[in-house]
Amino acid sequence: MLSWLIVGEVILNMPDLGLLDGIVLDQDEPVFSEPWEAQAFALVIGLYEKGAFTWNEWATVLSSTIHSDDGCTSYYELWLKALETIVMQKALANKDEIFVRKTEWQKALLATPHGQPIELQNAHKS
Amino acid sequence: MNETKKHSHDHDHSHWSDMDLKVKTLESLLVEKGYVDPAALDVIVETYETNVGPRNGAAVVAKAWNDEAYLERLRENASDAIAELGFTGRQGEHMQVVENKPGVHNIVVCTLCSCYPWSVLGLPPVWYKSAPYRSRVVIEPRSVLSEFGVKLPEATKITVWDSTAEMRYLVIPERPSGAKDWSEEQLAKLVTRDSMIGTGLALLPNEVPA
Repeated sequence: MLSWLIVGEVILNMPDLGLLDGIVLDQDEPVFSEPWEAQAFALVIGLYEKGAFTWNEWATVLSSTIHSDDGCTSYYELWLKALETIVMQKALANKDEIFVRKTEWQKALLATPHGQPIELQNAHKS
Repeated sequence: MNETKKHSHDHDHSHWSDMDLKVKTLESLLVEKGYVDPAALDVIVETYETNVGPRNGAAVVAKAWNDEAYLERLRENASDAIAELGFTGRQGEHMQVVENKPGVHNIVVCTLCSCYPWSVLGLPPVWYKSAPYRSRVVIEPRSVLSEFGVKLPEATKITVWDSTAEMRYLVIPERPSGAKDWSEEQLAKLVTRDSMIGTGLALLPNEVPA
């Protein structure tokens, strides 16, 4: 549990703040900007609640994912990347399974006409 | 080293973004293997979009303002005192309250990632998760506060609390004057999300939206 006590003026050396973007304030932002963000969020909570990993393990993976990024990737993209990492770490699914499944979905997308629900079994139609 | 982050491939045939595809891939595998239940996923999204939000935290703060014994319980064991109102953390985190007083101001951050008291504040705002906030609030809290429109007296001490997976902080803002006989429900309207993160102050009675 860390805390910084800063009295009066700034007491730490200042980095070049010009390199940092400003803090964008938006009071009316939606919780999730796209459905996949909500799905990625729910997957993590769902896996945690089923005991697939502890919250501490998740925070560690998420934190190192965020820290190895250059700051240009959106939060939920990093969240999703961290989810992929922890899924493989915990052997919930391996790289090959993920690759194969992704390919199946891509096939399903190609085989699904506009306006119809995209379903995995469509991958085997064409 | 400067790798371009956004590889946007335009697939004419695809209705999905790369992100959609990645999520669907993981979700379908994890559901198939029984690690998650699709119905539970829908409930989680709905809960966080609608039921959990800063109103929970506002109820805690309003009660703390109005009820000295409750405030004392919050100081001793915030997780238990918050659970009295029916708000329990899903991640098993411990809660601690930090109180603003004349001359004392508290701000919460998670410098590592985005740990946040979800059970009382819902999902964190975009800026809370952003690198500029996470790094700058530690270095120059006054300047960050001024960007949020908060000007504190020079003599006010500012403490920045860094959240972790195990420990989350809830700021109890100073109770504004002029709301002496207000009920807890009325008081809760003065408590904004930002005032419980420390990047804002509680509203004044005449600032409450009608």
